[in-house]
Amino acid sequence: MELLTNQILAGIATGAIYACMALAVVMIYQAIDHLNFAQGEMAMFSTFIAWQLMQWGVPYWWAFLATLALSFAGGVIIERALFKPLANAPILTHVAGFIALFAIINSVAGLTWDFTIKQFPTPFGSSPFLGSQLISTHQAGMIGVTLVLLLLLYFFFQFTRVGLAMRAAATLPESARLVGINTSWMVALGWGMAAAIGSIAGMLIAPVVFLEPNMMGGVLIYGFAAAVLGGLTSPFGAVVGGFLVGIFENLAGTYIPGVGNELKLPIALALIITVLVVKPNGLFGRAIVKRV
Amino acid sequence: MTAMLNIRDLKAYYGQVQALHGLEFGLNEGSLTTLLGANGAGKTTTLRAICNMVRSTGSIEFEGKPLSGRSTENIVRLGIAHVPQGRGTFTTMTVDENLQLGAITRKDRAAVTSDIERMYAHFPVLKQRHTQQAGTLSGGEQQMLAVARALMLRPRLMLLDEPSFGLAPLIVRDLFRILGKINREDKVTILVVEQNAQLALELADQAYVIETGRIVMSGNADDIANNEDVRKSYLGY
Amino acid sequence: MSALQEIVDVTPVEATPKKYIALGGYASVAVLVLLIAAPLFAKNFIIFQMTMWLIYAIAVLALNILTGGSGQFSLGQSAFYAVGAYTSAILMEHFNVNYALTLPIAGVICFAFGYVFGQPALRLSGVYLALATFALATAMPQLLKLGYFEHWTGGVQGLVVTKPDAPFGLPMSQDMWLYYFTLVISIMIYVFSVNLLKSRSGRAMMAIRDNEIAASAMGVDVALYKTLAFGISAGITGVAGGLGAIAVQFVAPDSYTIQLAIALFLGMVVGGVGWLPGSLAGSAFIVFVPNIAESVSKGLSGAVFGAILIVIIFVLPHGARQIAYLSQHWINKLIHK
Repeated sequence: MELLTNQILAGIATGAIYACMALAVVMIYQAIDHLNFAQGEMAMFSTFIAWQLMQWGVPYWWAFLATLALSFAGGVIIERALFKPLANAPILTHVAGFIALFAIINSVAGLTWDFTIKQFPTPFGSSPFLGSQLISTHQAGMIGVTLVLLLLLYFFFQFTRVGLAMRAAATLPESARLVGINTSWMVALGWGMAAAIGSIAGMLIAPVVFLEPNMMGGVLIYGFAAAVLGGLTSPFGAVVGGFLVGIFENLAGTYIPGVGNELKLPIALALIITVLVVKPNGLFGRAIVKRV
Repeated sequence: MTAMLNIRDLKAYYGQVQALHGLEFGLNEGSLTTLLGANGAGKTTTLRAICNMVRSTGSIEFEGKPLSGRSTENIVRLGIAHVPQGRGTFTTMTVDENLQLGAITRKDRAAVTSDIERMYAHFPVLKQRHTQQAGTLSGGEQQMLAVARALMLRPRLMLLDEPSFGLAPLIVRDLFRILGKINREDKVTILVVEQNAQLALELADQAYVIETGRIVMSGNADDIANNEDVRKSYLGY
Repeated sequence: MSALQEIVDVTPVEATPKKYIALGGYASVAVLVLLIAAPLFAKNFIIFQMTMWLIYAIAVLALNILTGGSGQFSLGQSAFYAVGAYTSAILMEHFNVNYALTLPIAGVICFAFGYVFGQPALRLSGVYLALATFALATAMPQLLKLGYFEHWTGGVQGLVVTKPDAPFGLPMSQDMWLYYFTLVISIMIYVFSVNLLKSRSGRAMMAIRDNEIAASAMGVDVALYKTLAFGISAGITGVAGGLGAIAVQFVAPDSYTIQLAIALFLGMVVGGVGWLPGSLAGSAFIVFVPNIAESVSKGLSGAVFGAILIVIIFVLPHGARQIAYLSQHWINKLIHK
């Protein structure tokens, strides 16, 4: 029994990483209705910017804030420069665009900062949390930040005019324009916010997985899986999904014989798909009624 | 008196297909005008062209300002509210939120709040359901919500695309009565596109008849209603 | 209470009208002549690359049938390709089956695999299906490495495959023979696919692609045709995989990662979704552009690749199909002048 609780605790700790990433995924999905395959790379790049600022002697929290702002601006610029011109292109062309962006960011980061792993500091310290060896203070801090972020997003979307306008633009762009909302800028804003949230995810994840250009590959996949599991329309679901995926993964690794590190991912994905076959819109997603 | 909305030589296209062939008409301030026509005559296209939601050429002037080259949202901000076909309800949001969205471009928060109360006075059924998801409303209720949402803009001109579509006759009467009241009391100029010619002509003071992308008849609503051809084609007696 | 949301039904895949899925008569002949003549003037390594080009074209075509034909999206094609490759390799090396005979077997096995996988995939669509197929693609290399199968698969080491000689004492190099062999199979698959999409079944699939609910209301057996599309696509991919194993003379788990699936997807987009001849253009992109990017800048090859891809989708958001339409348009204009 203790093994089980311990594994669940450890799962929650890794799950926090996925939850954070999933939140960014859902954020952009709300704004643009696509999964952005380059999101992990964008987060990685942001994290490198923070690292670079700290190398130059900027204190952690200032670097954090500056990275947030730069990432937001970067997200908006990428949308304006790359994806706005493609607004009328087929969806699959967009996906190709994400892949191109992925290749470019990864390659540029590799050339600028090379592929050796780097230490990234944590503001929370890394001692055991409340005496538990399984969760460090950093991981506890990460869970805390994720939950605060979730709360802020909830308030933003429910109680601010811009949040309302963004939701309207995402669900029914044409009707949104008819009430005077500039939907094109709402999309850019969504990109900016997603990039900023992604940068937070990156800066929280980096102390755990170490900073290098490929650090987000695996994390993004789990982030997607978490977002899909929770339901792509629900930020709350994304966070819950993140924790669940973390727990799944750990339990599968412990209890299913023959599952090494390599098969953890496929098994976690298989479990998620099983859930999706039963609940096609994810655990907390909205059922969508289609009209012919 | 110069017209509030002035349309000259309007041509509109869907891809290669031309839907409007040099449409010309005007709306006087404070009027309640109806645009009649059969399926595919170009009624909806006309409304969509006014809000720049379809590719078009020609000139459209609203209160002396040319609308061509403006984006849909900028046209709306000039005070033109458009209730589209199918109502365009934000179905996942509450009735309250839908009304808030109608006024999203307005800065006068206090007035917005009082306007929402005014809408609930116009449409009491919406008040009962104000925290309900808009998608759960009936067709008639959603149409009322769409009209209310458009009014939240405090528009100078309101465009309605087949508001009677799919509604029970009693509800249509109710809706049209409210439209007349809005036109008189709030001084909102209204252009209604309708297939239900009889009701529309009872309500309107001006009427245009559109056929295959051209205006073929115009005048006083009563005169149009008494016209032999119109009666045969649109009123069925 | 579950919220209701009416959505305007946007087809995920841009519809390609049926009459446009293939090339016209003259164009087909011209392409065929080029394909037959080209290796006569090329070195062996170039011929090998051209063989790979054809093989990937078959795999892209298979994805086109699935996505362009039935509107389902797959990031798992690399898994079917891997199964095909391993089937051919194991049959040739463990059972001494003739290489040509392994291909139909690979096709049938992959068809069955795809058909079975299509069953749970029925419940999923859009991003959810993408995730499911993605899971398949990530799992495949790991499954191939498993100890249980090591006797057959060679585990991490993989299997070396013997390259066939030209039969009947034909005076041509192994590479050239393999090229023509691949070409004949490509043509057979292409003709089959064009006819498939133009047939009753093809119409049923496209009806599902354009509007699933309406298609089922018209009496199309949605489940059957969706799984059938998965099966056929997987079967063709399997044949491509088998050919790939023979051409490369080697199979190993890490040759068939998610990157292969992504490459095939990009090939489809670059070629034009649903336009079968575009598979050749898309495959050329997969085979040659990474080399070009590498030669432009070693350190930034990824960025160059991405930049080329972006330029292509900016200029041709509908892929190579757009060039074909435009040129057809101009030729018609010239003729009618």
